[in-house]
Amino acid sequence: MRQHPSYWAFVVHRVSGIALALFLPLHFWALGNALQLDSFIAWTQQPLVKLGEWLIVVALAAHLGGGLRVLALEFLPWRNWQKSLAAGAAAFALAVGLAFALAL
Amino acid sequence: MAGNLKVSVWRGGADGAFQSFEVPREASQTVLDVVTHIQRALDPTLAYRFACRVGMCGSCAMMVNGVPRWTCRTHVDKVAHADSLEIAPLRNLPIIRDLVADMREFFDKWARAKGEFRGHATRKDDFAKVRPDSAPRVQADAGIECIGCAVCYAACDVVAWNPQYLGPAALNRAWTLVKDERDRDTLERLRAVAGDAGCHACHSHVSCTERCPKKLSPTAAIAGLKREVAKAVLHGDL
Amino acid sequence: MTFRGEARLWLAQRASAGVLALCVAVHLVTIVYAVRSGLSAAEILQRTRGSIAWFAFYSLFVLAVTVHAPIGLRSVLSEWLGWRGRSRDFALLLLAAFLGWTGMRAVLGVFA
Repeated sequence: MRQHPSYWAFVVHRVSGIALALFLPLHFWALGNALQLDSFIAWTQQPLVKLGEWLIVVALAAHLGGGLRVLALEFLPWRNWQKSLAAGAAAFALAVGLAFALAL
Repeated sequence: MAGNLKVSVWRGGADGAFQSFEVPREASQTVLDVVTHIQRALDPTLAYRFACRVGMCGSCAMMVNGVPRWTCRTHVDKVAHADSLEIAPLRNLPIIRDLVADMREFFDKWARAKGEFRGHATRKDDFAKVRPDSAPRVQADAGIECIGCAVCYAACDVVAWNPQYLGPAALNRAWTLVKDERDRDTLERLRAVAGDAGCHACHSHVSCTERCPKKLSPTAAIAGLKREVAKAVLHGDL
Repeated sequence: MTFRGEARLWLAQRASAGVLALCVAVHLVTIVYAVRSGLSAAEILQRTRGSIAWFAFYSLFVLAVTVHAPIGLRSVLSEWLGWRGRSRDFALLLLAAFLGWTGMRAVLGVFA
């Protein structure tokens, strides 16, 4: 009953949203404290931190992709291909994730 | 087509349990055939619903291996895993007994969503002239074939998570009436379907549309209701 | 909450989503650029401090976040934790205020 792309898209959208909502206060707090210190930038070079950043970027891209899917479903006239939007959103998330990984 | 099916059937009420039966496999057997065999040949105390048995009335809707379906239109070959089946009453509804779900809440929500036509013409007026290819009529027509079988209601996780949620069928019906130019109750209806218990609770899982045996799209209808409500609120009509 | 309130939340969520889509895109490009250029803290701050445009942009970003995140969590709290009603909405208002405060603190630190 839940084995279809639109449902997975929903789960990814919701879980990534929760992850971002949990992460953002930390992100704001850290930025407010630490940008004046080069040691902060050095800290961000650590592998675990880089992995965390990469996960955040993937979550962001996944959430954005899922959100675009919802906006399309809610505002555009209904078409069956809208189901494949879930796939499009996933592809987008992956692409951004890869690009960011390359940049890191 | 030799061999037997191992069938797990829900017995009792909410605090019941699955009971196992062995049912001989037949060619072109449907899940309704299986349930019927159990009741006639193995256990006459089994309670279940059916009527037309040809895919028109929706009475035989049940959970088959965790998925809501019309059992008369579900071939055993398509759904049996390793010769076994699990049959349970429709999800998200109270159980009366065995495979029989209590449909009252489903239809109560239909009424709460104002799923009832209210015209303003009388028998003295001429027929309403509605162009079948007008955009609103096309949108309404896409949803009017609903027979109230509650498969979408059983498939919807928001119904499971939010007890007040009106559900896909009720909202789909409301939409067909909002798009019916002969109906005079649009604002009343938008008021009824907006909010936490209404269209705004839908998260576009699209399970309803996936499972609807009539291939309707409550997802599209609910999206339409969201747009209409937003327009009405922005214009100060609601 | 009244249905009018719910409808407004729905609109606010979609509107803030649109704003965030743009802000996130710009932000990601900017961050990747900064990382690839290997800029130090001092170099970054040299470019960002005193910039009205960046200050305005990131303030808008923070505002959109304070709208979008709490409304998004609202459904999760009611559907997955069974938390409904005034106390939930009040808690989310607090979250919005917290995000706004820490967000503007960061923006002021980087762009003021």
